[in-house]
Amino acid sequence: MRILKCTINGKPVQVGYDPRESLLDTLRNRLHLTSVKRGCEVGECGACTVLIDGVATDSCLYLTDWAQGTTILTCEGLQAADGSLNPVQQAFVDDFAVQCGFCIPGIIMSAVEIVGTGKTYTRDELRKMLSGHLCRCTGYQNIVGAVEDVVEEINGTGACSEEARAAFAAVAQKARLVAEE
Amino acid sequence: MEQLREVGKPEKRVDAFDKVTGRAMFTDDLCPKPCLEARVLHATIGNGRVVSIDTSEARKVPGVVGVFTCFDTPDWAYPVAGHPWYADSKAAKRDLADRKLLDSRVRMYGDNIAAVVAEDTVACDRALRKIKVEYEEWPVVYDPVESLKGTEHPVQDIKPDNLVAHTCALTSPEKLAEHGYETVDDALNDPAYHHIAIHTETGEQSQVHIETCVSYCYMEGKKIVCVASTQIPHIMRRVIGQALGIPWGDVRVIKPYIGGGFGTKQDIHFEPLNAWLCQQVGGRCVRLELSREELFWDTSGRQPKSFDVEASYGDDMLLHARSIRGISNTGAYIHHGHALVLNSVNTFRWLYHTNEVASRSEAWTVLTNGPHTGAMRAYGVPEGVWTAECLMGDIAYDNGWDGLEFRLKNCIREGFVDEFTPGGAVAAHTCTLPECAAKGAEWIRWDQKKREYANETGPIRHGVGVAFFVYKTAVAPFALETATARVTLNQDGSVQLQMGATEIGQGADTVFTQMAAEAIGIDFADVHIVSFQDTDVTPYDAGAYASRQTYVSGTAVKKAGEELRAKILAFAQRLFPEAPAPLDLRDHMIFDATGAEVTTLANVALEAFYNTEENDALSAYATANIHTNTIATGCTFADVTVDMPLGQVTVNRIISVQDNGRLINPKLVEQQVHGGMGQSIGFALSEEVLVDPKTSRVLNDTLLDYKVPTFMDVPDLKADFVESDDPTGPYGNKAVGETPIISPAPAIRDAILDATGVKFYHMPMTPQRLVEGFKREGLI
Amino acid sequence: MYDIESLYEATSVADACRALAEDPQAMVIAGGTDVLVKVRSGKFAGAHLVSIHGLHDELDGVELAPDGTVEIGPITWFHHVTTSPVARERVLTLAEACDTPGGPQLRVSGTIGGNVCNAATSADTASTLVAYGALLDLQSVRGTRTVPITEWYTGPGRCVRERDEVLVKIRIPRENYEGFTGHYFKYGKRRALEIATMGCCCLVKLADDRRTIDDIRLAFGVAAPTPIRTRGAEDAVRGMDVAEAAEKVGELALAECHPRDSWRASKEFREQLIREMSRRSLLEAARKGGAEV
Repeated sequence: MRILKCTINGKPVQVGYDPRESLLDTLRNRLHLTSVKRGCEVGECGACTVLIDGVATDSCLYLTDWAQGTTILTCEGLQAADGSLNPVQQAFVDDFAVQCGFCIPGIIMSAVEIVGTGKTYTRDELRKMLSGHLCRCTGYQNIVGAVEDVVEEINGTGACSEEARAAFAAVAQKARLVAEE
Repeated sequence: MEQLREVGKPEKRVDAFDKVTGRAMFTDDLCPKPCLEARVLHATIGNGRVVSIDTSEARKVPGVVGVFTCFDTPDWAYPVAGHPWYADSKAAKRDLADRKLLDSRVRMYGDNIAAVVAEDTVACDRALRKIKVEYEEWPVVYDPVESLKGTEHPVQDIKPDNLVAHTCALTSPEKLAEHGYETVDDALNDPAYHHIAIHTETGEQSQVHIETCVSYCYMEGKKIVCVASTQIPHIMRRVIGQALGIPWGDVRVIKPYIGGGFGTKQDIHFEPLNAWLCQQVGGRCVRLELSREELFWDTSGRQPKSFDVEASYGDDMLLHARSIRGISNTGAYIHHGHALVLNSVNTFRWLYHTNEVASRSEAWTVLTNGPHTGAMRAYGVPEGVWTAECLMGDIAYDNGWDGLEFRLKNCIREGFVDEFTPGGAVAAHTCTLPECAAKGAEWIRWDQKKREYANETGPIRHGVGVAFFVYKTAVAPFALETATARVTLNQDGSVQLQMGATEIGQGADTVFTQMAAEAIGIDFADVHIVSFQDTDVTPYDAGAYASRQTYVSGTAVKKAGEELRAKILAFAQRLFPEAPAPLDLRDHMIFDATGAEVTTLANVALEAFYNTEENDALSAYATANIHTNTIATGCTFADVTVDMPLGQVTVNRIISVQDNGRLINPKLVEQQVHGGMGQSIGFALSEEVLVDPKTSRVLNDTLLDYKVPTFMDVPDLKADFVESDDPTGPYGNKAVGETPIISPAPAIRDAILDATGVKFYHMPMTPQRLVEGFKREGLI
Repeated sequence: MYDIESLYEATSVADACRALAEDPQAMVIAGGTDVLVKVRSGKFAGAHLVSIHGLHDELDGVELAPDGTVEIGPITWFHHVTTSPVARERVLTLAEACDTPGGPQLRVSGTIGGNVCNAATSADTASTLVAYGALLDLQSVRGTRTVPITEWYTGPGRCVRERDEVLVKIRIPRENYEGFTGHYFKYGKRRALEIATMGCCCLVKLADDRRTIDDIRLAFGVAAPTPIRTRGAEDAVRGMDVAEAAEKVGELALAECHPRDSWRASKEFREQLIREMSRRSLLEAARKGGAEV
């Protein structure tokens, strides 16, 4: 057993792990962060996506050993302190992007990364940026719509509530997301 | 249509909050870890038997708790399909028992012959690699036509000729005689009509839900508890009982949220084995999760099928007679049996039977050494409709007719009753298909695009295509349809709703909530649905399949809700005997016959719980036994670009327009249509389980090699509807869940035909098949 | 959980070389996207892993050497090659090829060095690196050596790297990229999360008339057991007008390819792809160079 020291969802964490574990194993089985889903174990479905130092990564192909000192964000870390949903989560609810919901936490993490760039994108660009995820329920339609809406809301020229921007900024800081210049 | 209060509103999903926060609990999320892990040893031959198994080395692997082989498990078979069971009085309707927990008879590559229980999955895998198996090997047959010729060792002893079933529905001699024919073939070959014959094939599509099949089992006293990702918890309880030979009441199945099913989880796969392994290790918790690879060949995909089709038709664009003969390769196990290909040939007939004087719908289901198959979304119908639409597309193309006009002249109409269904139960009580087609044609700009694309030359061309569909709702009268709902009034005037029917991502919980609110007369927010099913607690329901839940289970919700409403009003009347009857419940208030307020619903609820004289816990428990059926219809239009030298098809625009009766929640129905369209685009162009015919081994058992469409492969999807008020549905609703996966694929085929003039008959139309076709026609 | 017998995080390249030398079963792991998949499948079960995952100081990043050589650290993520200003300015086609493996998450775990060492003919950077004539620097306790990429591949999934050697640098000399524009054409059965059914990279240097092919490099993945360069086709079209070259290059290239028949794609289908992709890649490369075709 080794000890992992890192920051998860804004809090410093120390946890024992077996060096044979993937980060997916450790997050789910030792830290009960079960939003991180196991779909294929070989980096082909994206259900286990988390942000590691602000980068959306498949945690199934990432050894826990490599996570020393990193900053990790999972879907559990997105809600604001008052319980309100992050604007990304809210967009998924409002746009009917959720069906069985198994792939959703992973896709939301990629969406957080996308919003975190501070830029806006075309639908085709968004499709490419989300293409590391498979979803079998939605035909992707409402997911693309939700991500498009929240990217426009936070990064676009349209009206965005201060609360929404602040909520996203808080998460971006937690995740060490860095907006691109 | 009359406007309803809660039904018809685009309510947000009741499960959305839990799912976007990651707090929605799926099976593995609930599993207490660390627990014991189980994995299965799969045969490395495609046909034969296990002579002996040496587990001595495997047992020595550190962490191994037990190694169990096909010589250790009970030697009896049980049925696994997600179908209702029947009492002895109707025993003939039961599914055939063709599965053992582990089996020394190897019928397919990868068959289950041993299992390891260990402290962790690494120990399981190390032990599996050390098990030595001696086989007696027999020749593999994957081609159903070959298999029907007979094999020395039948795939299943209960079917010695490898034929699961053969059926043939022919137009009656009396009807034929009315038109001067003796046989259907006479009508097909009547020289006064044009004749056409085609052969179609459809591959094995895999469901590819992103959550794998996973369960964990533990014992509470003598009771086995199985928490499983399943569409059918009550059936699972029965099957575990049958498999283990224990009373069904000794089994408790819990179904949490599930990460997609699409039919895979309408079979019982490894849960009985897991329950048995749990028994062997003293009731300790054992988890058994299938790998992504195992899902492709050791759970049940869509049956591969082939069809021979004939038709005769007149210059008036009317079909005169059609014949379909379908052969389905069920693989090494019977599971859902003949019901699937029956759906193919029946829907082939229903869709364009309007003007026909004769028809033949014949089908064979054949056992081979292929991977076992079963239910997948729309259950045989996409294959039948693919075939029907290949035929329609070809006839229109060959005669220079407008494909849309030709289809409209021949398609199903309101009032259609299937002559072969007992009691005429399968019928189109409503049918807005022509209106759906008009809507779709306008959106795709049918006439304009047809003209625009008409004279293209060169390697890259464009086309528009159309396909129609039919789909029946639920399984009556062919099989039992029953569902139960329970509603209980809470102290605050809100209601608990408990369903045996299961939420599997399709939105069932949300529409049940709307229907309960409608029936009781309360608000959507006042209904608390219990999403998890627990067979110790939950009312009986067969589960999520056959697009049955909104229709069948929805009827139970309506019945229970109306009963509770009546009880609330009766109780209020007892509390306020002087209030002029009849009382009414709306806006959280009880009103009397004059419209005056009597009291609040919350007050009635408190009295119901705590009144010292009139105390009466108000609840209703209602079963709906449904004998009706109703046909949903619709269509898809597609606009494609075909890059012939590369065999690439790009779907530019696509729309499905459907008649699903009344939409209980339009946004949720739209979600279903999007998802079905995505899966159908995959089936049309890329999705196929590839089987090595020599060994029956599946070649592409990964998400890399099995080509589910990605975010970048699916275009924007347009869903639209023309509602109708079906007289048999609880709120005028008809089938939804499976309907959208039917017509997109044949619409794409029709668009490729329009673009290139090349007729493709084999689904999926992979790049290689497309290139072969364009080469054959001299286009590249 | 992976069946890993031992996992050692190297502290430097020298430390990694030492660890690889000391344990005769040890193998290198970098991004993990190939090695861990093979551990899981059983092929590498019980692996002894020496991880160079964290050696960013020595092995990560794209830089321009004073002599104009583009130097790529092997543990540079695909995505970081794609976004590297140096790569985009000097070897744009490689930057674009690095944007094609898998999906976005894979491209921030998978490394360009891993793609080279994996030695698959389908590797998305392979044909482009072959076209650019990359030089590969290896280091072990026995010393260092440089292997031109044309001598790297020895068979399907095999290369000249010894078990105890670490790929420490991928170099593309100035003369191999200067003046060239190019196109990497990945053919897959879908648009993401895909393994190449065929990969083709064409680099073209146009004459001043923007019509004549002054120089050309044409390389393929999956057209043979290893990535290949079709020098015969290159020689034949050098000096031709772009349009004429595009007409002829397909058949010429095909003559030097040996695609195999497999369940993933038939030989005939792959041959068709070679013909068509050669043509289109050449045209696209020339267009980027200013040709009006």
